[in-house]
Amino acid sequence: MSQLFPVSHAPHIRDKSSTNRIMLYVIIALLPTTLFGIINFGFSALLLVLVTIASAVLAEWAFNKITKRKETIQDLSAVVTGLLLALNLPPTLPLWMGILGSAFAIVVVKCLFGGLGQNFMNPALGARCFLLISFTGPMTTYATSVFDKTDAVSGPTPLAILKAGQTVDTLQMLIGTIGGTIGETSVIAILIGAIFLILMGVIDLRIPASYLISFVVFILLFGGHGFDLGFAVAQLCGGGIMLGAFFMATDYSTSPITPRGKIVFGILLGVLNGLFRMFGASAEGCSFAIIFGNLLVPLIERVTIPKPFGKGGER
Amino acid sequence: MGSGTFKGGVHPYDGKELSKYKQVREILPKGDVIYSLSQHIGAPSKPVVGQGDYVKCGQVIAEADGFVSATVHASVSGKVSAIERRLNATGIKVLSIVIENDGQFTSFDFHETADVNTLSKEEIGKKIQEAGIIGLGGAGFPTHVKLTPKDPDKIKYVIANCAECEPYVTVDYRRMIENAEQLIAGMKIVLQLFDNAKGVFAIEDNKPDCIEKMQELLKNEDRIEVQILHTKYPQGAERQQIFAVTGLAIHSKQLPADVGCIVDNAETFFAIYNAVKLGRPLIERLVTVTGGGIADPSNFLIRIGTNFSELLEAAGGFIGQPEKLLFGGPMMGFAGTCTDVPTMKTTSMLLSLLTDEMSALTPTPCINCGRCVEVCPSGLVPSRLAKQAQRKQNADFEKWNGLECIECACCTYGCPAKQPLVSDIKLMKKRILTKKRQQAAREKKEGEAK
Repeated sequence: MSQLFPVSHAPHIRDKSSTNRIMLYVIIALLPTTLFGIINFGFSALLLVLVTIASAVLAEWAFNKITKRKETIQDLSAVVTGLLLALNLPPTLPLWMGILGSAFAIVVVKCLFGGLGQNFMNPALGARCFLLISFTGPMTTYATSVFDKTDAVSGPTPLAILKAGQTVDTLQMLIGTIGGTIGETSVIAILIGAIFLILMGVIDLRIPASYLISFVVFILLFGGHGFDLGFAVAQLCGGGIMLGAFFMATDYSTSPITPRGKIVFGILLGVLNGLFRMFGASAEGCSFAIIFGNLLVPLIERVTIPKPFGKGGER
Repeated sequence: MGSGTFKGGVHPYDGKELSKYKQVREILPKGDVIYSLSQHIGAPSKPVVGQGDYVKCGQVIAEADGFVSATVHASVSGKVSAIERRLNATGIKVLSIVIENDGQFTSFDFHETADVNTLSKEEIGKKIQEAGIIGLGGAGFPTHVKLTPKDPDKIKYVIANCAECEPYVTVDYRRMIENAEQLIAGMKIVLQLFDNAKGVFAIEDNKPDCIEKMQELLKNEDRIEVQILHTKYPQGAERQQIFAVTGLAIHSKQLPADVGCIVDNAETFFAIYNAVKLGRPLIERLVTVTGGGIADPSNFLIRIGTNFSELLEAAGGFIGQPEKLLFGGPMMGFAGTCTDVPTMKTTSMLLSLLTDEMSALTPTPCINCGRCVEVCPSGLVPSRLAKQAQRKQNADFEKWNGLECIECACCTYGCPAKQPLVSDIKLMKKRILTKKRQQAAREKKEGEAK
């Protein structure tokens, strides 16, 4: 018996999950809406997506090099951030603004707060709001879909039309042949990705469902249209709420880890989003609702500590 | 009745096909036999033999020191060669009695009881206590203590834990296949102690042959039944099993008896049968020797105290280049450096894995994904508890119910960031509980001084 075996703490086996694999699933889930965005808006959209992803990865690589940290780009989280940011940008945005946004998302929002898992705000949405405030003009000029039969180069999004009191074609919004940011227009493409993520166990329905349901309830109560389901559906299909509910609000680091907290968080987002859309200056509101919700996560977790096994049940 | 399951848990590869069809073989120790005096929970046993004494099989060599303690018997005949601290399978040195095996296995005569129904409750309890029986599933809690709750009439369920949820181990499986009648007899003996209780054999549904066999044998018994459990780790954990069988949930400050339950491992019921019916003390048990690194995975009937190296040899030794050696299951067992340690009453398996998954992994930052929350059978937030443990935030750790952790390791198993969550939590629990004990001792002292 000369051979000595290495010892370690139990458990001595692990399942096959990894951070890397989770990020890969998110990227795969985002592909349908990304592809649709590229078809819907053409080459400029493709270019912006590629540039934003590349600059996000580069920014993380450079940050790690300069601050002499262990390289982390292989975990693919920078790719996810870059891609999500691109999907939240109008396709006509100047490329350098996309690069600036990526750098802001990675360096300021993520890395400076300790990197993956430590950021308190969704990096992509943080960067989007940063760009929105800094470059309001280019950020709110929405190119029309290539399927648009008018000759207009850009025009109001369906949400803006709704806000102005006119009606919109809900079917077009479901398919996504409308103006908007690159990745937010097609509800169907987003849902395909979302179903994939749910089936793979990456996200659960708690946040998206409570978000969307409370949003619809808010719209029906305070939307000013009475009990108008058509209006509520148009509101659901318009703007970034679908992309936000399934892909941004469910961001692990910036949403509560407690099961009940997830539901509280979702309801909060739904109400905030309704509030911003109905009574705010802009027709949108998803990004700000999620970012504001992110800030309240530690508080939500504190009041939703789960009841452990055997307590609260039969004593 | 319960639903046969509970919230949380994981489904690791179970590896049971390696050894489950191997019939039990008896192996007798050739070399020295070592008896640890701390195999159970409670006060260490006190040696009653001296160096140089000749002992026979079944002779008491150490007696219980107090009520929560256990008697130890010799499982071979021979001379006591040393009473000293020896390394055991959990990696610590404990006071042990070493017997130079003379290879004769000269034994005491054990007295069989013709009709156990004539025994009084006290007699049964005494026989179990004298046989040195402790929880043979792994925890090692003295069985006679478990079987004497404050109010025996309130016990509604006596549960035989046959879940065997740890991967690879096939001890309970073989017992049910080969000794089902004795297990039922053991259960009947325990039911004699509790007039209002019914007996339940709780078996996971990955052992359909056992379920069928037990159901067949129990079809005319009105006090004993089979509860089928979903196959899931940690189905054999006491609190989870009580919930799965009865629907009652207990927390860390309660005992199973508080909700009218007694839970014991299948192997323990066999030992009870041996002790009460046959008059034999606990000197033997089943052990599985298995894993990808074992030439001939086997189930052995061994004499407690036999060196693990002899078990390994009987199973054909190593094959390939095993990287890991485990005493017990891969979820909660101990990693060992070598096989040169003695078996104990709580030993159920020697496992040799071809790959050491743990050494190959480096933890990455927690991404707050919540997988640990999903799999935690105790309804905790392990990732948060682990962080609090690292920062030594005792108050927060308690507020987030860290002391309710049953240390099943599901959180670590499922963590995509490969964080050693359960290790941090275990350490913190120990720290807090020690502090509490010290505090209580101090207060007691101050109280006495006044």
